[in-house]
Amino acid sequence: MQDLTLTTLIAVFEEMFGPVVFWAMVVVAVAITLLYVYVLIRDRAMSMRKFLLAQLSMPVGAVASVWFVLTFTNSSLSDMGGPIDWLMVLGIGTVGAVGFAILIYVAQSLIRGPQAD
Amino acid sequence: MIGGTMTGINDVAATRRGFIGLAAGGAALAASGGVVQAQRVQTSARIAIVGAGAGGTAIANRLANRLEGAVITIIDGRQQHWYQPGFTLIAAGLKPSSYAISNTFEWLPEGVEWVPEHAAEIDPEANRVTTLSGRQVPYDYLIVASGLSLDWDAIEGFSLDMVGQNGVSAHYAGPEYAELSWRELDRFVERGGIGLFGRPATEMKCAGAPLKIAFLADDIARRRGTRDAVQVIYNAHSPSLFGLPIVHHKVRQLFDERGIEARYSHVLKAVDHRRKVATYATPDGDVETAYDFINVIPPQRAPQVVRDSGLSWGDRWLDQGWIEVDRETLRHLRYANVFGVGDIIGVPKGKTAASAKFHQPVVEDHLVSEIAGREAVARFSGYTSCPLVTRVGRAMLIEFDYNDNLVPSFPGIIAPLEELWISWLLKEVALKPTYNAMLRGLA
Repeated sequence: MQDLTLTTLIAVFEEMFGPVVFWAMVVVAVAITLLYVYVLIRDRAMSMRKFLLAQLSMPVGAVASVWFVLTFTNSSLSDMGGPIDWLMVLGIGTVGAVGFAILIYVAQSLIRGPQAD
Repeated sequence: MIGGTMTGINDVAATRRGFIGLAAGGAALAASGGVVQAQRVQTSARIAIVGAGAGGTAIANRLANRLEGAVITIIDGRQQHWYQPGFTLIAAGLKPSSYAISNTFEWLPEGVEWVPEHAAEIDPEANRVTTLSGRQVPYDYLIVASGLSLDWDAIEGFSLDMVGQNGVSAHYAGPEYAELSWRELDRFVERGGIGLFGRPATEMKCAGAPLKIAFLADDIARRRGTRDAVQVIYNAHSPSLFGLPIVHHKVRQLFDERGIEARYSHVLKAVDHRRKVATYATPDGDVETAYDFINVIPPQRAPQVVRDSGLSWGDRWLDQGWIEVDRETLRHLRYANVFGVGDIIGVPKGKTAASAKFHQPVVEDHLVSEIAGREAVARFSGYTSCPLVTRVGRAMLIEFDYNDNLVPSFPGIIAPLEELWISWLLKEVALKPTYNAMLRGLA
């Protein structure tokens, strides 16, 4: 890109998803992250039981995110043509896995509360 | 569109390039800061823009953003805006025609007057544009963004009403024609036979597009299991498949691997749709080839109104009429208050939306700097980009400049001559949003 700035990136993502959906996704991502910080502070510790379930859910998040991208781009794993493609898949999978894990952890903490550990 | 009137003006469309970068560009982001909004320049200058396609709309938005008090008028009779990089995807059955259609007015900024008529006369001596209804638009600065005309009449025996039947396709003609073209391609790969592809001998928008549709025909037939019944023949207008030698060799190699036959120095001259025979002009005389499917891409020229204006080169592209601009500043060489953006400019590279995108900051800088009494620094390098789709799900992200150098946006990360999914991803996902951001003057 000629001028790959934060402003340009935001403009492109707004066009990609529509401004409402894009900013809603940003708000949801920020909210889940803040909730994660909140439950950590509230509980003053990581719950290993909740963390275990969160870890076990990671493959689900990884597969779901890769499937989502492939489906919406008319492509399949057989289209991977070089190392950068596999790195991209790994990246998408990692983001999906971590995001889903945080979501599961936060959901458990909020639903069960700190005493459930 | 047919030679002579501005009715057929198609602005540049195809952008490819940067979009991609955006999708993959998280890392690059860290290296660049946010945009500092330049201070608006006070002026009462009258600026006329001929053409509200990709180039004209984007520059209108940029100038409206940078100038305070300017009278900006954009002249174009076309109500629909076409996202032309999407035409190949429509012609391959991956998107509906609506994917490429929006309204001209929805992209234009407030404060810019849109004259919804075609230009009938451009007079650079009198500094005036006259529309078909006779309305006169005087200007201090003119930006020619008329796009180009597709000269369908130059193909003997061909007319656009043939598209969508008897194996005739022509996806350059517009979104609806691209969809009709897909129906013919779909029938062809189902039934088998001989498919003819190729490009005109004039300069053209997106020289990669004729190759892409040939690659996609091959791929779709393979997926259907009918490849053995299908013969794909690509007719290059010159002894080369692509202007850059290194890309030519790569494409030739892929054609060999895929069983796509390449014929060189074959220029489509006539189509006899009753006999289903195409005639090609070759150095050895005319050659007739029977077909079951043909993709027609006609010669491309400046719209007649531009050719009549005296803005064209006088010693090159005489049959095409591209305007005489400095290849780095895009300023007209004889009329210093005239600039060009998009397909219409007479420079050696790049009739793509990606190029039109790179024209923007150059023309913006030179025009605004002149008004502000500063020296302009921006230069156009000839940047052209083509996500050369080689099958559904893979593309080669080819970017180059005036010197035939490959200028990858992501050197060491996205290899230009490799068929990659990430390059397809850029074309499929990131290109249109980036194009739209460009229209708004934001990218």
